[in-house]
Amino acid sequence: MASRAGRGEAVSGREKRAGCPDTSAHVTGKMAVFPWHPRSRNYKAEFASCRLEAVPLEFGDYHPLKPITVTESKTKKVSRKGSTSSTSSSSSSSVVDPLSSVLDGTDPLSMFAATADPAATDSSRKRRDRDENSIIGSDFEPWANKRGEILARYTTTEKLSINLFMGSEKGKAGTATSAMSEKVRTRLEELDDFEEGSQKELLNLTQQDYVNRIEELNQSLKDAWASDQKVKALKIVIQCSKLLSDTSVIQFYPSKFVLITDILDTFGKLVYERIFSMCVDNRSVLPDHFSPENVNDTAKETCLNWFFKIASIRELIPRFYVEASILKCNKFLSKTGISECLPRLTCMIRGIGDPLVSVYARAYLCRVGMEVAPHLKESLNKNFFDFLLTFKQIHGDTVQNQLVVQGVELPSYLPLYSPAMDWIFQCISYHAPEALLTEMMERCKKLGNNALLLNSVMSAFRAEFIATRSMDFIGMIKECDESGFPKHLLFRSLGLNLALADPPEGDRLQILNEAWKVITKLKNPQDYINCAEVWVEYTCKHFTKREVNTVLADVIKHMTPDRAFEDSYPQLQSIIKKVIAHFHDFSILFSVEKFLPFLDMFQKESVRVEVCKCIMEVFIKHQQEPTKDPVILNALLHVCKTTHDSVNALTLEDEKRTLAYLINGFIKMVSFGRDFEQQLSFYVEARSMFCNLEPVLVQLIHSVNRLAMETRKVMKGNHSRKTAAFVRACVAYCFITIPSLVGIFTRLNLYLHSGQVALANQCLSQADAFFKAAISLIPEVPKMINIDGKMRPSESFLLEFLCNFFSTLLIVPDHPEHGVLFLVRELLNVIQDYTWEDSSDDKIRIYTCVLHLLSAMSQESYLYHVDKVDSNDSLYGGDSKFLAENNKLCETVMAQILEHLKTLAKDEALKRQSSLGLSFFNSILAHGDLRNNRLNQLSVNLWHLAQRHGCADTRTMVKTLEYIKKRSKQPDMGHLTELALRLPLQTRT
Amino acid sequence: MGTSLDIKIKRANKVYHAGEVLSGVVVISGKDSIQHQGVSLTVEGSVNLQLSAKSVGVFEAFYNSVKPIQIISSTIEMVKPGKFPSGKTEIPFEFPLHVKGNKVLYETYHGVFVNIQPQKGKLTPSPVDFTITPETLQNVKERALLPKFLIRGHLNSTNCVITQPLTGELVVESSEAAIKSIELQLVRVETCGCAEGYARDATEIQNIQIADGDVCRSLSVPIYMVFPRLFTCPTLETTNFKVEFEVNIVVLLHADHLITENFPLKLCRV
Repeated sequence: MASRAGRGEAVSGREKRAGCPDTSAHVTGKMAVFPWHPRSRNYKAEFASCRLEAVPLEFGDYHPLKPITVTESKTKKVSRKGSTSSTSSSSSSSVVDPLSSVLDGTDPLSMFAATADPAATDSSRKRRDRDENSIIGSDFEPWANKRGEILARYTTTEKLSINLFMGSEKGKAGTATSAMSEKVRTRLEELDDFEEGSQKELLNLTQQDYVNRIEELNQSLKDAWASDQKVKALKIVIQCSKLLSDTSVIQFYPSKFVLITDILDTFGKLVYERIFSMCVDNRSVLPDHFSPENVNDTAKETCLNWFFKIASIRELIPRFYVEASILKCNKFLSKTGISECLPRLTCMIRGIGDPLVSVYARAYLCRVGMEVAPHLKESLNKNFFDFLLTFKQIHGDTVQNQLVVQGVELPSYLPLYSPAMDWIFQCISYHAPEALLTEMMERCKKLGNNALLLNSVMSAFRAEFIATRSMDFIGMIKECDESGFPKHLLFRSLGLNLALADPPEGDRLQILNEAWKVITKLKNPQDYINCAEVWVEYTCKHFTKREVNTVLADVIKHMTPDRAFEDSYPQLQSIIKKVIAHFHDFSILFSVEKFLPFLDMFQKESVRVEVCKCIMEVFIKHQQEPTKDPVILNALLHVCKTTHDSVNALTLEDEKRTLAYLINGFIKMVSFGRDFEQQLSFYVEARSMFCNLEPVLVQLIHSVNRLAMETRKVMKGNHSRKTAAFVRACVAYCFITIPSLVGIFTRLNLYLHSGQVALANQCLSQADAFFKAAISLIPEVPKMINIDGKMRPSESFLLEFLCNFFSTLLIVPDHPEHGVLFLVRELLNVIQDYTWEDSSDDKIRIYTCVLHLLSAMSQESYLYHVDKVDSNDSLYGGDSKFLAENNKLCETVMAQILEHLKTLAKDEALKRQSSLGLSFFNSILAHGDLRNNRLNQLSVNLWHLAQRHGCADTRTMVKTLEYIKKRSKQPDMGHLTELALRLPLQTRT
Repeated sequence: MGTSLDIKIKRANKVYHAGEVLSGVVVISGKDSIQHQGVSLTVEGSVNLQLSAKSVGVFEAFYNSVKPIQIISSTIEMVKPGKFPSGKTEIPFEFPLHVKGNKVLYETYHGVFVNIQPQKGKLTPSPVDFTITPETLQNVKERALLPKFLIRGHLNSTNCVITQPLTGELVVESSEAAIKSIELQLVRVETCGCAEGYARDATEIQNIQIADGDVCRSLSVPIYMVFPRLFTCPTLETTNFKVEFEVNIVVLLHADHLITENFPLKLCRV
């Protein structure tokens, strides 16, 4: 209510003022006949008086940029014998970085972090020291990385099923010799049953359906937990882990493992967090490294309950997985809990008959173990050795029968083990002593048909370990049984190691020869390319273009028949990436004979464009010097053309931007040195090639303009007939290219820019043409323009452009056949006719700028000139007719301004009137000759106008007045003293 | 409406021994104030025989002769008649656990949350080795049809502490038929007797799978079973009734052969 009343008052106050005799109309009415009298300026003298005095810097004086050079010269003298590194370090200590000194040593963020936990820092540091070797570092590849890989690799097209309640359970219970009491039975079944009486068997699921279903289960687990249905949550987890005992559709098993262990991880986390939260009471929070004594009884009891519940799960596999998933919770019960549990769970896996199921169970246990207690290496090793003991089972009857039933061959069955084994091996070999690795390798060697083991050794052990024994491994791979684990996978694994670590110098060529001998014999193109892809890296790393060429040729030979390349684009792409990553010198790269034929294999457009983009990215990144090498140019033009031609109506803006950026990067790198003609013809060719990408055309225009300026520089401004013709050719290039662009401001700015270049090169009529073109384009500027996908009003951009344009117009000489200031007149007409926003004063701002321009034009000598171009000052030489024309224009403009000020005498516009009035006042002050009485009177009126309705900012007014007084003390400015006296300051009251 | 009453016992694991003091609070909460006729708390403990559905008819006469025996009973008045204010009211209580007369308190083993233990047993380890082959089996109709197998193993002790798991090892040395599953079946045998005769009732109270699928030969598989807290108690033998426990090792072969080996257990609490 109060605020409304206040507003009402303000309105009535204004009305009262409006009711006064309207003096503003009287003032502006009189103003309309004011003539303009520009102040004559002596730019040189003004410039000299404004300039800061240069003070020579004494040795030892402070200067923010000085200390670096000073100390360096000093230390160089002192430590001439010392190494350069010591020089830099000694100097850096004495250097005061202005940025860091502001921050006073510590930046606020780290200071905050330091103070955040003052009590914990000391003790936690101790703990950190103690845990140093028990915490896994960033060099341990986490499970999360493997996840996606496994899901992508182990897929199936067969139908899957999810059975969320083992239907045979009830029947089986009936066969038991003794009877169960009803109550007991239902209690036990409750755990097995998912939802009372529901048996969910989902058959005929595609892989994607399966994944979705599992994701749903994961969600319903979280939901059940959130709604406090802990038993239901447990049931879901049990049912899910049961799915892991099902090995039908065996080729999908690794992926199934990934999906389901995700759910188990979720569950483990939920239980742990729940119990952890029970330990938190109002007073204290349990520290991260708590001991069981700090855990209260309720939390312990709840935890114990979980373990009891899980211990009564009937089936082995769910019991194992669920207990493993909450392994971490042992921390609540006792200090030794985890170290007792891990070996027991490890032994428990022995009960799992299926070797594949059991190896994945081991992998899960190792995963949980590494996470919860990485220092307990014993269990990891035990898992490995237990696995070796059961290794023979893989070739046993049970497994073989199963494979026959499912129609799976041994070479596709064995790789199913790899993810789990790789993981176990990786856990064991992490920071393991060399001796352990050697022992493990020896034990693997001893087992028959050990290709599977060999492969995991190569996948998981340190690359350096493998690389130094490369020849041994090649020997072992050769000895492996043909029918078992596929050999190309073994060579692939070896190749992966060699890409990371270098084998002994002497072995390198032999290794390549031995490996490639096997690889080239691979019949299946998929097997071949998977292997070759890996070995390309090794080849590029250690050998020259000759070997790389041979390898590329071999790949082409293998992949061309039956268009096998169509199925292997990712691998082929990866080969290209590896090659270009190693050959930064593009002249060498393109002289690899088979490189371009290799590119021809990318026949699918999207892939080809991807590859081309990669090549260009690398080129831009690594090409240091501009080039004119015809091999590079031809090849890259071809590459760029390919990418450019992929642009169509559907191409996204982002994609276009990327492509344009890449092509521009290339264009900037092309230089024919002093052969400007060649350079221009390259730009002509490029224009015809890349006409669909606007940013490229813009770049080309800039490049050509630059070329023209280059030419001018070489000729030191004095063009010969030949260079003048060349420069005109450049200008013509720009003139005909600009209209093909779409962006209106792009065109305007380029017209202006190219006009300036033309002017600088004494192409006067061409410059006129550019400016005229720009002027005739202005009416087309729309009200709103699209900037980064958003519609914005265009006026501010237009204002900016016009101001820039005016600055150029100052020095453009008049055409002898046109009238005086014909460009300015034309521009004024266009501005007059343009439909401006009613609510903005931009038009008047522009007129004010025009006034500034005209004032500058009426000076005897202009503020700046273009070398070797006579501007109007020397053309007219202060001719009175010219000045009269100029003044006439000024009067028109002023009339417009005053007219506009008058229209602003409305309530809602008073504020605008005030600020515009003040700005006009300032213009007169800066550019007008205030010795002229009428102009003087006008300025006084404007001063009053600015203050009339209390809209003016008092501080600005005070400052302005101070400025006038200060100016009045300068020579020839005495008349300002009198003016200052006539400018009263309005007080707030 | 909306009034609720809850009894909360202080000890988290809800296990109390004779002579100890049972304490807790009664929580009454409701939106409005409640008029009441007083609150009293009664503790009752009794032993009774429940007839399983299976043995109905056989023991009815006998059942009727065994009345529930009350072993503990006490009542305290907590609040005099009056009014509870709205919101939550907590009334603390405590009373000692004393046995009625000269009776002995036995451990409950069935779903009541008060669990009382009167006696301390002594444990002497008693390991058992076992070998199972077609020849060792009883109750076989046609021994010749059985596939050959040899399973060896041992239990670390058949005298078990109830809070400790049953442990041991089992090795499938050889088996012609593939193994489907190996399970541990925990059975409780209750016997009630009087002058007219006795009733014996065996109940499976837990079944734990220790091997799933065709396990690796000659590799020991651990035997490990946690005794369920609610369904087990120390082995008990009195004049009126007995509670005993047994474990069966059940091996399921392909072609549905079922082999069971039985071991009586003696459970006690230390």
